[in-house]
Amino acid sequence: MSLDTLIRLVYVVAAACFVLGLHLMNSPATARRGNQLSAVGMAGAVLGTLLLIAAGDVSATGTLIWPIIVVGIVIGGGAGAYSARTVKMTAMPQLVSIFNAMGGGAAALVAIDEFVRAAGVGPHTLGTTEVVATVLDVVIGSVTFTGSLLAAGKLQGIVTGTPVKLPFGQAFNVVLAVVALATALYLVVVGQVLAVLALLLLAALVFGVTMVLPIGGADMPVVISLLNAFTGTAVAMAGFVIDNPVLIIAGALVGASGGILTKLMADAMNRSILNIVVGGFGTGDSTVATTATTAAGGSVRELTIDDAAIQLAYAQHVIVVPGYGLAVAQAQHVTAELAGLLEERGVDVKYAIHPVAGRMPGHMNVLLAEANVPYPQLVEMDDINPEFQRADVALVLGANDVTNPAARSDPSSPIHGMPILDVDKAASIIVVKRSMRPGYAGIDNQLYSDPKTGMLFGDAKDVLTHLISAVKAL
Amino acid sequence: MSVDQLLSSLTIFVLAILVGFEVISKVPATLHTPLMSGANSIHGIVLVGAMLIAAIADNPLSIVLSVIAVAFATMNVVGGYLVTDRMLEMFKKRPAPPKGGTKAEA
Repeated sequence: MSLDTLIRLVYVVAAACFVLGLHLMNSPATARRGNQLSAVGMAGAVLGTLLLIAAGDVSATGTLIWPIIVVGIVIGGGAGAYSARTVKMTAMPQLVSIFNAMGGGAAALVAIDEFVRAAGVGPHTLGTTEVVATVLDVVIGSVTFTGSLLAAGKLQGIVTGTPVKLPFGQAFNVVLAVVALATALYLVVVGQVLAVLALLLLAALVFGVTMVLPIGGADMPVVISLLNAFTGTAVAMAGFVIDNPVLIIAGALVGASGGILTKLMADAMNRSILNIVVGGFGTGDSTVATTATTAAGGSVRELTIDDAAIQLAYAQHVIVVPGYGLAVAQAQHVTAELAGLLEERGVDVKYAIHPVAGRMPGHMNVLLAEANVPYPQLVEMDDINPEFQRADVALVLGANDVTNPAARSDPSSPIHGMPILDVDKAASIIVVKRSMRPGYAGIDNQLYSDPKTGMLFGDAKDVLTHLISAVKAL
Repeated sequence: MSVDQLLSSLTIFVLAILVGFEVISKVPATLHTPLMSGANSIHGIVLVGAMLIAAIADNPLSIVLSVIAVAFATMNVVGGYLVTDRMLEMFKKRPAPPKGGTKAEA
């Protein structure tokens, strides 16, 4: 058996590892093993390829093969390992997004390099399949590259998380689409001209920016997941360009499973993917002016810090409902401090965790664990809901749609049917919120006009810090 | 690429897409992020492609392109797997009792 055949078998095993690994990641019990299995498959495929190159079984005509590979692996591996080990749990989505950008960029570069090489020989060197795959790879890979970097920037706060409406946004996107389509057709039908590919590349890079810019920070996890599926597709296209089956299999696998996962994530937020990408709303960082009335017609009662402190300090049962606003304000540590203070006064404190609370599903558990909140105090939705009736105070920290009673009672509401926390059943409710701006779903929350509800407007961290000193002063 | 090659590649592509659809079933919301991150590492396989173009890079532009491609792809692979493992490790460390019963059945 030749080495080439052997390595092709290694690729088959690697592909099997990816499939089984992904499948094992469906359940918490086996997830870690699944990821490790997938990593083993990856290591096998990479080492096998290195062996092929070393043995000269593939055309190894390059001048600087080993320096390129070693330098690339040392830089990329070092940066990847360092950032993966040191990243704070709150910054996890950004990092995943950056890694995704790297994958998309690499996929585009592979096709660009093939194209440059062929265009150097003549304008009709590549076959139609290769050109079509190259065009798709460059477009999808480049959109993912800039889109993912921008998504990471938004989550990190380097770029505003507020949806940015571009002037002539839609018209500009149409122009980009026309440019991309025209250049793509030219490359496939007329000939492989480098300048035309450069124009296509530019249009795709810009489109990545204009696609993500109008989307709000709260929707970024879904967008990142979508871009992740894009990268998978780009990698599969790169597989067509260089005729390598393992790239095609792994890329298609990620493209499809990433697509399903994106849909699951959007479903958990009761949104459609199209709605997120086209909608361009949904943010926690907004500073829209406070209005004192809601569409429900009720008026909103604003509390003072001292009122709230008294309510909390003399309560018996308090349920804290943390949400996206708490994650944005990085207020998990002050929240834990306030809870500790209340417990010293004999108040029973619990946290109600909605499955999609936070910046990404499952994020809130991680954030509160980081702030050393004892795990038994974190109660999942189905277990905490019956307890709201016994609670004297429900303290809602930057959570919105997941507390909206309309999901239960109003069949015409866009979020009707979404599982919510029954915050409105508590004896009284304190809502800490930046403004009256609606949440992801863009609808008013009836909870705020409930006569039992008092509002504290401001950044969650500031409000909680003031609450802590007010409770201490009692 | 000959027609035969194209057809077999397309077959692989389509079947892999179908497998991708099937392999992710009902995932609990707590696992959405690690799963996304895990899938993200898998497309780091483009490193194989990046190394193969490095092997034939014989002009300055190709050399630059392939160094960047190898570096990008390696970052995707190494960082992706490590960060996913870190996330999943945390899931394991948490005491299971209050949640174990209901979750396992759900």
